[in-house]
Amino acid sequence: MATTDALIEIADASVNFGGVAAVQGASLAIRRGEFVAVVGPNGSGKTTLLRLLHGVVAHSGLRIVQAGGEPQAMVFQRPFLLRLSARDNLRLALWLAARRWPAQERRARIDAALRKVGLWPLRERAARSLSGGEQQRLALARAWALGPAVLFLDEPTASLDPSAKKEVESVLAAFAAEGTTLVMSTHNLGQAKRLATRVVFMDEGRIALDLPTADFFARSGRDARADRFLAGDLPWSLD
Amino acid sequence: MNAFADSAATAAGLIVHADPVLVRTMALSFAVSGAACAIAAVFGLFAGAWLAATRFRGRRVMLWALDTMLALPSVVVGLVVYLLLSRSGPLGSWGILFTPVAMVIAQTILVLPVIAALARQVVAGALRDGGEQLRSFGAGPLACALLMLLHERWAVLTLLLIAFGRAIAEVGAVMIVGGNIDGVTRVMTTSIALETSKGDLPLALALGVVLLAVVALLNGLIALLPREAGGERAEAS
Amino acid sequence: MVAGLSNFRRAFLAALVPALLSIAPEAAAQDRFITMASTTSTEQSGLFAYLLPAFKAATGIDVRVVAVGTGQALDMGRRGDADVLFVHDRVGEEKFVAEGWGQKRTDVMFNDFVLLGPKADPGGTRGSDIVAALAKLATSPLRFVSRGDKSGTHAAELRLWQLAGIDIPAGKAAGYLACGCGMGPALNIASSSNAYVLTDRGTWLSFRNRGDLAVLVEGDRRLFNQYGVIVVDPAKHPYTKTALAQAFADWVLSPAGQGVIASYRIGGEQLFFPNAPK
Repeated sequence: MATTDALIEIADASVNFGGVAAVQGASLAIRRGEFVAVVGPNGSGKTTLLRLLHGVVAHSGLRIVQAGGEPQAMVFQRPFLLRLSARDNLRLALWLAARRWPAQERRARIDAALRKVGLWPLRERAARSLSGGEQQRLALARAWALGPAVLFLDEPTASLDPSAKKEVESVLAAFAAEGTTLVMSTHNLGQAKRLATRVVFMDEGRIALDLPTADFFARSGRDARADRFLAGDLPWSLD
Repeated sequence: MNAFADSAATAAGLIVHADPVLVRTMALSFAVSGAACAIAAVFGLFAGAWLAATRFRGRRVMLWALDTMLALPSVVVGLVVYLLLSRSGPLGSWGILFTPVAMVIAQTILVLPVIAALARQVVAGALRDGGEQLRSFGAGPLACALLMLLHERWAVLTLLLIAFGRAIAEVGAVMIVGGNIDGVTRVMTTSIALETSKGDLPLALALGVVLLAVVALLNGLIALLPREAGGERAEAS
Repeated sequence: MVAGLSNFRRAFLAALVPALLSIAPEAAAQDRFITMASTTSTEQSGLFAYLLPAFKAATGIDVRVVAVGTGQALDMGRRGDADVLFVHDRVGEEKFVAEGWGQKRTDVMFNDFVLLGPKADPGGTRGSDIVAALAKLATSPLRFVSRGDKSGTHAAELRLWQLAGIDIPAGKAAGYLACGCGMGPALNIASSSNAYVLTDRGTWLSFRNRGDLAVLVEGDRRLFNQYGVIVVDPAKHPYTKTALAQAFADWVLSPAGQGVIASYRIGGEQLFFPNAPK
């Protein structure tokens, strides 16, 4: 159980919301450099699992974070951007989260983040006037500028059109390539197949399967419900 | 109907000739109500944000009291402030009764609940949308709320204009604490009341028209302000 | 920080600073001023706009007039919010002095009341006997508007009804309307409902909304309205400006002040008749 190179580990953790068990008895370890896709039907607890791993929800059971407390950040399906310019949104986020960095370093990180997601030319535009894909990229830049070791993403492309989806996926791939650990919930299996190194299948609050990507998609008949999910018989689709 | 025609003509004449007494009276109206709104804004916006962001025992009672204060008659506010500032009252030694300062105090008390209640509404709505995400960046509850005031600055401007309207249009409070002294505490609304009581109805109406015209001009200028980086008009989503 | 934000902030400050500055001069203004409580009818007659500049020229003292009903004016004196009173209710004034709020009251001038009514005079009141006129109105269904607001005018009206043997409100006629309002609004009501009304001549001369009203009864000695000036006693209120207030009282009772009062005219007519004790 105590895997020493895990960045975050939960053991037999459960989350209850007013009598309803959103996550039950979950045990999972996130290792450095992984790109974990959390998939499953609607209401299976994917978002709650992410929040549990991120440490922002009350739970029973264990949650262990690697000593040193490396920063984590979370990006949501619909990012909340303030009515400011793209750059000012980043300035504010960094000021709120990491005042310990001197102004110069904050500035450098912001500029690097904007360039990395390809938004440098749009930095002075009103954040809310950007397209869906651009806004999500901005949210990614905002999270990335903090230099997190682990980046959580809750259905980041669910409300985007195909071309915007592609933009965001290539940014995520770039993050993964340089070593950021990513944990992403998605209902898009094609996306999981394209990007993830590992797939966690959740069903009714429990972690039903936890396999490397290739194994998961090799339809080896390990779990009847997982098979049905892959076949699209459970309420989610294959893109 | 003649009164309306008369007053339209009188109003036009007053505006064109920029009668010095009228200009001074108008300036005083704007100064008093503007100052009251500015002071009330500082306290009211903060209070509204705080009420939206924090939970504490007795919060519901406070909201109930705040909503009730929205119905404070201006005359009542005037009376209370008068009794406080009267020479035989607790603050008589300040000697500010029948001065514009007293009028500012009374109007500040009048509009503060308006600003606080509306600000609370605006901030609560914004927090519902994005409070969780802002908190995830490490902002405390009050900091979040104040950021939302910045985020919703155009809604805040609207509510400040509402407060200003309430202040500049009221007559009960400024009449009692100001005394409608010619050249010292006479404002547009008390002038209108005076002319009405003298029976000069066309002039009273004309003064009302002029007051509205100037406020319309102010609102027009505000509407022309360029809404750059952050304007609502530009938003895609 | 942000272009849109700084525009916003700039506009706000641009409006605020001059606003605050324009109030400040008032606060720092001359300390040589007194607050005088008087009545709405006196102020509306325009007398003060004529009289007070003369006083200022003579002494350099500003007089700030708060014009309210006589009852309220006396109350202001009791609270110490006025330094000097200039009202027309002898009974109320003497009571004020007897209670110790003022050292003495002095006659300063008088004006007169007139009875107004519809030009056609359905009540047959025309003439110079006010008591007879009121007696006739009391037994008719015709409307009469009363200020009903504890003012000097209202007090005078009640005294005249008493002289006619009628006790208000008990014995009032069917058409008696008490509005609880100032002289102007009362005249407005009378003008629009063709009623009779008792008013001071000054307000009538400046009144624009006359409708069908005309002066029906005037010149009766009982219609004379005596004004008194009282300096508020400093013993009860340490913050009143007694010296300056006394300067006003002295001036308005002096030949100079009395002369200015006499020279005030509306449409060529003298309104106020100085009668300070020599």
